[in-house]
Amino acid sequence: MGAEFVPLSLPPLLIGVFAAIACALPGNFLLLRRQALIGDAISHVVLPGIVAAFLITGVVATGPMMLGAAVAAVLAVGLIEAIRRLGRIEPGAAMGLVFTAMFAGGVLLLEQSDTSSVHLDVEHALYGNLESLIWLDGEGWHSLLEWSAVREMPEELWRILGALLGVSGFVWLLWRPLKISTFDAGFAQSVGVPTTFVGLALVVVSAVAAVAAFDAVGSIIVIAMFICPPAAARLMTNRLEVQIAWSAVFATLSAVLGYVLAGYGPLWIGAGHAVSAAGMIATVSGVILALAACFGPCRTRSGAPAV
Amino acid sequence: MWLDALTLQLGYNATLVALGAMFLGIAAGVTGTFLFLRKRALVSDAISHATLPGIGLAFMVMVAFGGDGRSLVGLLFGSALSAGFGLLCIGWLTQRTRLAEDAAIGAVLSVFFGFGVVLLTVIQTMSAGRQAGLEGFLLGSTAGMLWNDAMIILIGGALTMAAVVAFRRPMSLVAFDPEFAASSGMNVGRIDLMIMGLAMAVTVVGLKIVGLILIVAMLIIPPVTARFWTDRTDHLVILSGAFGGLAAYVGAAFSAAAPDLPTGPIIVLVSFAFFVVSMLAAPGRGVLVALLRHRRFQRRVHMRQGLLALAQGQPIYEGYTMRLLARAGLVQRDGVPTEEGKARAAKALRDEKRWQLVRADQALEGAAALYDGLRALETVLTPDQIAEIDRRMGGLAGVEA
Repeated sequence: MGAEFVPLSLPPLLIGVFAAIACALPGNFLLLRRQALIGDAISHVVLPGIVAAFLITGVVATGPMMLGAAVAAVLAVGLIEAIRRLGRIEPGAAMGLVFTAMFAGGVLLLEQSDTSSVHLDVEHALYGNLESLIWLDGEGWHSLLEWSAVREMPEELWRILGALLGVSGFVWLLWRPLKISTFDAGFAQSVGVPTTFVGLALVVVSAVAAVAAFDAVGSIIVIAMFICPPAAARLMTNRLEVQIAWSAVFATLSAVLGYVLAGYGPLWIGAGHAVSAAGMIATVSGVILALAACFGPCRTRSGAPAV
Repeated sequence: MWLDALTLQLGYNATLVALGAMFLGIAAGVTGTFLFLRKRALVSDAISHATLPGIGLAFMVMVAFGGDGRSLVGLLFGSALSAGFGLLCIGWLTQRTRLAEDAAIGAVLSVFFGFGVVLLTVIQTMSAGRQAGLEGFLLGSTAGMLWNDAMIILIGGALTMAAVVAFRRPMSLVAFDPEFAASSGMNVGRIDLMIMGLAMAVTVVGLKIVGLILIVAMLIIPPVTARFWTDRTDHLVILSGAFGGLAAYVGAAFSAAAPDLPTGPIIVLVSFAFFVVSMLAAPGRGVLVALLRHRRFQRRVHMRQGLLALAQGQPIYEGYTMRLLARAGLVQRDGVPTEEGKARAAKALRDEKRWQLVRADQALEGAAALYDGLRALETVLTPDQIAEIDRRMGGLAGVEA
């Protein structure tokens, strides 16, 4: 743990962990509701939103871009629903149709507009720039206690922390309606839970988490964290509370291990350069899921013989 | 310029690419139809993202053996291997664990893609020092394509299309009615695997043109588009292939004409334009037609209820009903029925009374089942039967037809 750990590695590590948990929390409910691929769709449509916001405002500013991304995400959810209802198309196909078309539009806008001068490209949107979020004022662990230094932390950290708190607050406030409507929508309706509203709110909160995380870490982590930690947690337990706890643990583990492996792993085996942290975090989450699928105590469907 | 592009006047390679894209589009449209009918459209998304680590590994292996690393055949072979492995993972996760298919798709998609990105960053820093250009596989690029590569795409597209055409019958049977297919002795699992394999072939051949992020659109959008125009499986397959081929041809040709237009997004957007037009304008399932049908139905209900109210001397509070009646010249502006209105109202009431008798008579059960409050009795019963009912009604009728 050298002196450079705090300024160079602590902020990205914290951002990675916060982003992973913020995505994994709503991911648990999406997984149980068979809507796991919403995260995939949202992270694709964020690109046209950001590009459109840039073209309208003409500046690379976080506020308008996050707004644009959020608008695009909500628009996509609305379009998917409209196509599903009006065209009587199955949800998976409607989803694939909307997000590919919007992503294609985003790429085209990006290629056609003069964005070469600014830091805005498709690769960046996919991989994020976790490694570049450094904290120049952090001179050591003692800096964490100095307000003037803490204030200079990368602003992505504060945004993702806000998103994490928002998502946790949402799950905590709507715990019972969420739980009931996820497991038994019919029963939930009969006891007066507004299931449609709860479902919509869940998707919107997921979109907010995805956009905030996307801004800091790119879309690969967003998709992976929406699905892999909750799926692995699902194989560990039959209780929702425990599953959510496991998913938070798995998300944290993926972020920390992935970041460390990407940053230091190549040095250990003698290669000179670090590899993509975003990709490595997704890979580690996949390894965790594979382990859970092979050894998790609740991996089989109830009633099915254990293999 | 555009016209030149569409009529293949832009040189030999551009022509090959446009033709290859068209073959690929047809193959993708037809294969996608079976995926769509099996409700597994998004599996193709996982397949396409799972090709990335294969591309990276193939490049590294080829460099390790002293090769150039950019041989398209080698890269495509690697991508097919890893996509196949991804498919196996999805199947294993859904069959051996409690995870649903969508979770398995998402997990494979994100993890394979993440690992692929790790490999790409490794390749970027490899001491070889040459630009690998593997990023082109993300979004597709046909600009500056070599003759060899164009030939590979042309042949690959044609072969995939031929395979789809050869196996279309068993595949459409399984897609449409898996139980019947199984009971008539087909191996449904193997045919499902064949559909997946073809989707994989389309993906791999399309990597260079459309890119792995958007290739899934070529498998999903054409079948959905075609679904608006027909209810028959065989027509669906043909239409979907036609839409896919046309979109890919137009997209590839446009992109060849303007170097800064990436091929993949153009093909997807052309395809999406076809979809939007179909969703709005298709007869039968189109939104505009449905809207018209709904309006016509609404008008008939209001008209009928208004006439019945007139006949029984009840007041009409519904504004739309009044406007309809007034526009047809059946009531005056103060709500008093005209002569024609009175006659139509009496006829409507007589129809309703006849229907009551029909619905009470067990012998006419078949006709009574058709009652919906709008249907004219003449379209259901013969004149003799109606006369019989009128006779039973006795003096009640009293109105000339």
